[in-house]
Amino acid sequence: MSGTPVIEMRNITKSFPGVKALRGVSFACGRGEVHALCGENGAGKSTLIKILSGVYKPNEGEVLIDGNVQHFTHPQHALLAGISVIYQEFSLLPERTVAQNLFLGREPRKNGLIDNRAMVEETRRVLGLFGVRHKIEPDTLVADLDVASQQMVEIAKAISLNAKVIVMDEPTAALNESECEVLFSLVDQLRASGTAIIYITHRMREVTRLADRVTVIKDGEATASFDHVPAPEVIVRAMVGRDIAEFYPEPAKPEDIGRTVLKVEKGSNYALREIDLELRAGEIVGFAGLQGAGRTALAMAIFGAVPFTGGAITFDGRSRTFSNPRDAIRAGIGMLSGDRKASGLVLMQSVRDNGMLTSRSFANAVGSAAANQFVDQAGMTALLDEMRVKAPSYDQEMRFLSGGNQQKAIVARWLALKPKLLIFIEPTRGIDVDAKASIYHLMRDLARAGTAVMMVSSDLPEILGASDRILVMREGTIVGEFDRSASEADLMLAATGEVEGAAA
Amino acid sequence: MTDTSLATPRRRFRFDRNASAILLIAAVLIYLGLVLALGQTRFLTLENVIAILTRSITLGITAIGQTFAILVASIDLSVASVISAAAVVTSVVMNGNPAMMLPAIAAVLVMGAVIGLINGLVIARLEVNPLIATLGMSLIIQGILSYFYNNFAGNVPAEFQVFAYGTIGVVPYSLIFMFALAGLAWFVLRFTRFGSDIYSVGGNQDAARLAGIKTVRVVVGAHILCSLCAAIAGIYLASRLRSGAPWIGAEGVYDLESIAVVVIGGTVLAGGRGGVWGTMAGVIIFSLIDSIFNVAGVDAFVKQVLRGIIIVAAVAFYAARSQRPVA
Repeated sequence: MSGTPVIEMRNITKSFPGVKALRGVSFACGRGEVHALCGENGAGKSTLIKILSGVYKPNEGEVLIDGNVQHFTHPQHALLAGISVIYQEFSLLPERTVAQNLFLGREPRKNGLIDNRAMVEETRRVLGLFGVRHKIEPDTLVADLDVASQQMVEIAKAISLNAKVIVMDEPTAALNESECEVLFSLVDQLRASGTAIIYITHRMREVTRLADRVTVIKDGEATASFDHVPAPEVIVRAMVGRDIAEFYPEPAKPEDIGRTVLKVEKGSNYALREIDLELRAGEIVGFAGLQGAGRTALAMAIFGAVPFTGGAITFDGRSRTFSNPRDAIRAGIGMLSGDRKASGLVLMQSVRDNGMLTSRSFANAVGSAAANQFVDQAGMTALLDEMRVKAPSYDQEMRFLSGGNQQKAIVARWLALKPKLLIFIEPTRGIDVDAKASIYHLMRDLARAGTAVMMVSSDLPEILGASDRILVMREGTIVGEFDRSASEADLMLAATGEVEGAAA
Repeated sequence: MTDTSLATPRRRFRFDRNASAILLIAAVLIYLGLVLALGQTRFLTLENVIAILTRSITLGITAIGQTFAILVASIDLSVASVISAAAVVTSVVMNGNPAMMLPAIAAVLVMGAVIGLINGLVIARLEVNPLIATLGMSLIIQGILSYFYNNFAGNVPAEFQVFAYGTIGVVPYSLIFMFALAGLAWFVLRFTRFGSDIYSVGGNQDAARLAGIKTVRVVVGAHILCSLCAAIAGIYLASRLRSGAPWIGAEGVYDLESIAVVVIGGTVLAGGRGGVWGTMAGVIIFSLIDSIFNVAGVDAFVKQVLRGIIIVAAVAFYAARSQRPVA
């Protein structure tokens, strides 16, 4: 690469309470270049992008565009400077049309009024780049599109900005094979037209297919940088930086797996159909699938939060219906939600109070001994010690703890009730890499003690490393069953529907 | 390879998008049924229809403004106090002098805009919950007003009463004015970037910010329009009552009723979806309910109880119908 890079980040450092997200990361991308940014979940890639797009301000370091130092304080500044970001979480408005979303905040105007015709025409042109097989009408409401089409709209939005720099944050998370191909050829087109592309992924296939250069982020540091694409093994080693074998605990032995704890037959509701599954004591079952495939809906249905409307549940040998979480909890089911801050924790309360949250709500003068045991402070303190929750004091407010320790405290909350089935949704999302291993070991210890563990995760290495058995979901039903010797490719193919796995 | 039905949009009938029209038709049918059953066909004349509509002009004008506040995912509980203040200022400044008509109107509009500006800044800049911010504003306005006046003060000149009582044929100016204002609001929401920004910020403030929209300005703008509409409603009320008093806004329960008609009109309390014609439908539904009670001869206090039940039931009904659990 010659000349000044279009975009450069120098010595970026960013900390949040409890986590040092980035440490002195430097990074550059030139015209017509695809620079892959690789790293495991939680390595700090998304934080880096949010600094680039003006959402966060770095504690140290600077962002340069065409060699000029920038000071973004509002995402608008980054947009005006020519940076466009396709975020991992959708930033679309479901109640507005595709065209309105594409031109959000920058609607074309004629005589001071919004020029609807121009908006629709430009939308049609940009969507045309995807080819006719993905026909999306500009006046459709985004809420009426499926997840893959929504992702396409998100991508079209970034392209229509004619940005100098386009950042794609795991853009294929919700796409199937043929949609991925469409995206890849678009990336090629953009590169040919001179756009600088920062492509974030942890899938080696995409790096090999697309990237000109590669930078690996691990634990908030840029640990390796390659001016050409090396062999996948080299990148993976730089990403993981440790032996896989000791990262994930030993799987269950056949004799560890016991009786059936949960059996669902023909379970269905608005998002699910024909769900047949069995979860057994002592085993960890991983649930893989694309976004919107129904994995979270299934967890919610089992937990009674959004109940099944059809089918039968047998739990612990008895036929049951769980019409709300309280029913499910009373029967012995616990759930750790994917979004800890939104629906898992009371951030302003102490660690100990968070641990006692559920047992308190079930304890009373004639309550079960199990619940009452942990309503007293000493009992919970002992349990938190056992979990090895690291906090200056258990009276500390929850929000000051790191993600890993918050997760352990929630596990303690459920352990207080001695659950027979524990559901983890995205158990290590937003957790430091070092703390991930301890969460996996914790899950395995629970299974060894006879708990059935259901793990919903979008992180395929995690699914393969931590599960004993893997179920793949697509379009609201279970489409394949695999053991842990399966490959990421097997799971992806089943999840996208190109090839079905061995029937369950 | 055959077409994989990937992106065929699923266009299904959504009850919650058409509910205000359905409720409007239901209310009209109940009214017609009742009138016919009682044999009171004198209630079916054009004059009576206009009378029904004219009864709700203060509420209608206020609700147009409230639509903006709710669309942007905020709310305004200070409208009733603004109405009182606007009515009092109108009648005190005019004090029977036709020459003071324009200065009075200008003063009231400036007052409305300033109140909206403060509401908007407190909500968007200081991030105070809109319920608390506007309730506080309401107390402040009501306190100042009550300090100076305790009953009808000043009076408006006969020339100004034309606003409330003048007609073209049988149609009052004020009714035309309300629908013209609704048309203008619709135009702003539908065809201007500000209108589009209101839906975006109301729909998802973070997404709007990431798209480069200055969200604070949009929220402030919506609140200025909301307070301006309330001020206009106050001017109208002064014209109709021939004077203003510090309690007329609160007595009309315009704060709660304006929110109720906006919601019954299909605008979602969480923001980002709805529109001003739905609000107009909501206003008409409310007038019809009133008329139905009148025709049926319901006692005034019973009527109040029934109105309360209808408001809560309607909002609960919407909440249940438009629920879409996360996948």
